[in-house]
Amino acid sequence: MGVKPVTSLGRSGLSDWLIQRVSAVVIAVYVLVMVGYLAVHPDLSYLQWAALHQQFWVRLLTLATVLAIAAHAWIGVWAVLTDYVTVRLMGAKATVLRIALELATIALILAYVVWAIEILWGA
Amino acid sequence: MLNVSVYRYNPDVDSAPRMQDYQVDTGGKDLMVLDVMELLKAQDPTLVFRRSCREGVCGSDGLNINGKNGLACVTPLSECVRNNRLVLRPLPGLPVIRDLVIDMGQFYAQYEKIQPWLINDTPAPAIERLQSPEEREKLDGLYECILCACCSTACPSFWWNPDKFIGPAGLLQAYRFLADSRDTAAEERLAELDDPFSVFRCHSIQNCVAVCPKELNPTRAIGHIRTLLLRSGT
Ligand code: SF4
Ligand code: SF4
Ligand code: FES
Repeated sequence: MGVKPVTSLGRSGLSDWLIQRVSAVVIAVYVLVMVGYLAVHPDLSYLQWAALHQQFWVRLLTLATVLAIAAHAWIGVWAVLTDYVTVRLMGAKATVLRIALELATIALILAYVVWAIEILWGA
Repeated sequence: MLNVSVYRYNPDVDSAPRMQDYQVDTGGKDLMVLDVMELLKAQDPTLVFRRSCREGVCGSDGLNINGKNGLACVTPLSECVRNNRLVLRPLPGLPVIRDLVIDMGQFYAQYEKIQPWLINDTPAPAIERLQSPEEREKLDGLYECILCACCSTACPSFWWNPDKFIGPAGLLQAYRFLADSRDTAAEERLAELDDPFSVFRCHSIQNCVAVCPKELNPTRAIGHIRTLLLRSGT
């Protein structure tokens, strides 16, 4: 019998693993693009910076990166919690604590995603 | 005289484990750790450990030797002793039954999960199921495992989830049967492994590779399983 956890993102180790790799690439591309942009614009003004982020493809890339970070963070935190906050290591209270920490993580990630979307597409 | 410090624990008598110090006369020879343990046993018959073949074949004397897992019978003192001191502990992460003897139940349970036998429902041929030399070669580096548990008990992922993560030894054997041309159950085997724990708790730290006394490479086998899952799952 395989192991059937209910709280993993893709419900399969393979999809979690793939999401983790793909999201890492997205994040890396974003960092490279932004660092590259800053490198070729050493005297960047606020207006230039704002104009960059007005562009549709930059917003799209930013949104993709925010979502990548959200997925990456959830899978990573979930793996850490199911390694260390376990009944095996902490006794019976671990289950309640782990679920609480998982919910807090989800709430935090959701808040960041909503906030980021509002910054990108808000008025 | 070699200073030896040994983990002692007899749950019937002791409330907690302790380290006991001994001095052993090695006669200046580069003995194997197991030889030293036999000398200890002569000094102190209450010391308990497992051993059988004394030549790295049976896999029964896996120990944590000066901090590194290995087989006592094939580890020479010159390879592990520093500052004339030898520290012997049971393999980490599994329950201790007594002294250096651990309960391998969880380790075997994970091994059993991967169905370590050939599955093939096609009619058996008159004599045997043949393999080409190339097909047979794919099992090299896999079939040699002696299930000593040195690798799995060196793996942090196995320490934290020994009931859910199959561990390097079991996964090496999982791949051994996935790679066997005579086995026809690859799909079913892969389906059992596609959860976030069984295979994917491996983070490729390679502790397992560093300690395997047979110089096998579970991390590579785990990589092959991942590739197979990727191929069948996407
Ligand atoms: S892979 Fe190596 S260390 Fe692991 S159980 Fe097999 S022989 Fe022992
Ligand atoms: S490579 Fe994987 S199986 Fe080997 S010790 Fe690391 S986590 Fe464990
Ligand atoms: S005693 Fe058999 S492997 Fe060491």
